[in-house]
Amino acid sequence: MLVKQMEEKSKFQRWWISVLEKSISELHELLKAGKVTSRELVEESLKKSHEIEKKYNAFVTICDEAKEMEVTNSLVSGIPFGVKDNYSTKDVLSTGSSNTLKNYVPFYTATVVEKLFDAGAIMTNKTALDEFGMGGTGMTCHTGAVLNPWDKTRMCAGSSAGSACAVASGVYPFALGSDTGDSIRKPAAFCGIVGYKPTYGMLSRYGLFPFASSLDHCGVLTRRVEDAAIVCDIMKGIDEHDMTSWDSSNMHLQEALTGNIKGKKLFYIKEICDINNYPKANAELKEHLNNFFKTLDLLKEEGAIVEEVSIDQKLLNAIASVYVVISCAEATSNMSNLTGIIFGPRSEAKDVFEMMKEHRTLGFSPLIKRRFVIGSYVLQKENQERYFKNAQRVRRLIVDKMKELFKDYDALILPVSSGPAKKLDEDKDVIDASTNVLEEHLQIGNFGGFPSITIPNGFVSGLPVGINITGNCYDDENILNIAYTLEAKMPYKGQIAKEASR
Amino acid sequence: MKKQVATIGLEMHCEFKSNSKVFSPAKNAYSEIPNSNIAPLDMAFPGTLPVVNKKCVEDALKVSIALHCTQPEYMVFDRKNYYYPDLPKGYQITQMASPVGVNGKIDIEVDGKIIPVYIHDVHLEEDSASLDHFFDTSNIDYNRSEVPLFELVTEPCFHSAEEAGAFIEHMIRVYRYLGVSDADTKRGQIRCDVNVSIADEDSLDLGTKVETKNVNSIGGVIGTINYEIARQTKLKEEGRYSEIVQETRRWDEESGTTKRMRGKVDAIDYKYFIEPNIPKYKISAEWLKEIKEGIPRLHFERKQDYINNYGLSSYDAEVLVKDREISDYFEECLSLGIDAKSAANWISTQILGFLNKNNLNIKDLYLTPMRLKDLISELDKKTISSKQAKEIFEKVIKEKKEIKDFISKENTQMSDKAELTKIIEEILASNQSQIEEYKKGRTNIFDYFVGQVMKNTRGKANPVLTKEILNEKLKG
Repeated sequence: MLVKQMEEKSKFQRWWISVLEKSISELHELLKAGKVTSRELVEESLKKSHEIEKKYNAFVTICDEAKEMEVTNSLVSGIPFGVKDNYSTKDVLSTGSSNTLKNYVPFYTATVVEKLFDAGAIMTNKTALDEFGMGGTGMTCHTGAVLNPWDKTRMCAGSSAGSACAVASGVYPFALGSDTGDSIRKPAAFCGIVGYKPTYGMLSRYGLFPFASSLDHCGVLTRRVEDAAIVCDIMKGIDEHDMTSWDSSNMHLQEALTGNIKGKKLFYIKEICDINNYPKANAELKEHLNNFFKTLDLLKEEGAIVEEVSIDQKLLNAIASVYVVISCAEATSNMSNLTGIIFGPRSEAKDVFEMMKEHRTLGFSPLIKRRFVIGSYVLQKENQERYFKNAQRVRRLIVDKMKELFKDYDALILPVSSGPAKKLDEDKDVIDASTNVLEEHLQIGNFGGFPSITIPNGFVSGLPVGINITGNCYDDENILNIAYTLEAKMPYKGQIAKEASR
Repeated sequence: MKKQVATIGLEMHCEFKSNSKVFSPAKNAYSEIPNSNIAPLDMAFPGTLPVVNKKCVEDALKVSIALHCTQPEYMVFDRKNYYYPDLPKGYQITQMASPVGVNGKIDIEVDGKIIPVYIHDVHLEEDSASLDHFFDTSNIDYNRSEVPLFELVTEPCFHSAEEAGAFIEHMIRVYRYLGVSDADTKRGQIRCDVNVSIADEDSLDLGTKVETKNVNSIGGVIGTINYEIARQTKLKEEGRYSEIVQETRRWDEESGTTKRMRGKVDAIDYKYFIEPNIPKYKISAEWLKEIKEGIPRLHFERKQDYINNYGLSSYDAEVLVKDREISDYFEECLSLGIDAKSAANWISTQILGFLNKNNLNIKDLYLTPMRLKDLISELDKKTISSKQAKEIFEKVIKEKKEIKDFISKENTQMSDKAELTKIIEEILASNQSQIEEYKKGRTNIFDYFVGQVMKNTRGKANPVLTKEILNEKLKG
């Protein structure tokens, strides 16, 4: 009897390890059929969280107190998920991965998280990020760098590093991220998973710690396009707490996944994808771009039309600086509330201005301070016209150019980054004028508030790389369907990081 | 030294009234209990977002229209960035590039003269928290944080403290008439920044501008201006004009002087930029029209009307327009056909006296214009004396009855000449010695006879008729 029980348990556990790797719909079926319980999923997710935390340092908080939820008709009911630590979660530490909020426990929950709670999903951890989302490496978290689950010597990219790492490692089927420049879509690529940020305003930002409000998007990291659609179907909707949110009740993301993209027109940008533009290209870059063009053929096989479009190189070269100017300016202002007076560790200094100064001097990492200096500089009266206002004008030019192209095309398709994840010691995420367009083009999606999704696109040097599809505002259904169709043509759907599963 | 002319500009802040605050859902109400009317945004908890209160925008547009400003095509807000312990977000949401009104002009009355005032702009913003300073600590009360604040910036168009003071009083009434604010200076709902400079009478240059911030009363504004004019003039007289620098000062109530806070080099760069969390909002022509139609006639216009078209004295008209509700009451009386002068009399003496004594609002007064009309018409018909009318006035209110309920035979005025003559003859007959005194020249004894008649008739004798008969009889 005892032996039999133990045998059963071990059999169960073997089968068990893979259960959180399943899709949301599959998990829902298992839960409905009683083949697995919500409690078992939560316990397993927590166990896995501790393992992954030890290996890759992905979390700020593991919610050991998390309780199972009733399984209802909602697809996410009873299923665990992760939340980036820059979302406000009531009674759960929410740090933004910053020392300035290292002890901050909010008393309200972000709208999108609340909606998932209401649907019966269970938060099992809060994931680490580059401090307040300001960074692209996953290495500037106050809890230390998040390691890539495919190769611990590499970064996940950021800022949604912990969420990408955890989803790629099979801790749960989905985790929330946020995306101001490429913070969902780049780590998704480097971790071999799906990262989707819907049109600006489809998901309420109420409760998301702001980085740059005009560029900030909520979004989700998953291992399947359909899961991204399911989660956003639940999270979306107009919110009385966010004036930039809009009514999307007539949009049904999951239902839009037909797998039929016949006649859809996509374009890629010549200046970004042409290998001849990179005279010093290394083998990885060549392989990455080759791989990209091969994938375009898969789209054509499905009846889509893919064309090359040329865009003024000057405009493309401006992307990175426009992003730096606008995002740093807004960040400087957005983070002025972090004084340690109302929340966060309060300084013991005598004078109130000294208190603020000490809190901020000790609390922020050097990277953030550098960005604050830039942000302040470009907003100063004597500089504002030249930097901030010009950046806004160029932002407008870039967005107008894209909108003009979206009149003729359903979507823009581009490779993500210049190859796979970088080594941890390779990039210290200093704002560097030489970073090329290939690394920064995802920011176009934030300039225009465009829906944008990254899906896995195979491997370069044995490491995952991604491909990105971006469309016009409010065209989320179309974009997701193209990604869904392409995903089905490739063998990477639902993949789990290899080192992690070893 | 040439004659000096002062130039004064005002930045006048007014707290608007509304159910919820301008960008947060917390209650907009004054409270003695600190931090009792607050929402997460009021303390800038991370992730909170501003949501514009449409009613506040509407009220701001209302004032903008009433001041004959030009309204923008879109409602847009900007961030004004600076650190201060009373500003939890580290920035104030205000309007810089496209305020809710620009280039306005109104007429105001100063000592019986009418002068134009030019408005540079008006804009809607949020108030900061309030600070209470103690010996070695300060407390922050966030009740005021996010309260709608309306700022009015005049052109430098005043030349004396009296003009500036009159303008503030004028605006307080405008805010009250429009129903957008109680504009109560005692509760800090009106706060001014005062800019003063002096220059030679014939100079085109206005001189060096000195700003005094956060002056919270009309008296303070007048004091500030007078003190600054005197201070600046004295320095200039002494040949030390260069010591007047562009700086920010504060009004010190106790000493009645202004004190330096900071100079121009320490001026803050507010790094304004558009508030990204509030999408720009189109102000439609229909909406403006609707708001415009809801604007009542303001006190200035009403006063001119009462004087010019109803023959009231400037003094009486002023009493009536001081408060919109009283003026509305008066206008209702006019529309019921009550004679303007007698309505004005009744309101300014009986009614206001009664309201003050009982601490009541005219809106809650039982004696409606309709009832006042009944009362005045009985008086006009001479069925009651003015003394009786005053008694009935109080009785109607006290017993919540109609005027007619108090017009009975018993208390109707005695206006029957034959009857009165009989009574008077009886009184005179029994007062022979007084008659002799009277005839010797002690004319004040006349009042004694009137008094006797009133006593005899329990006050019901028609006083005019009584005097008439008495005169007749005593002559003989």
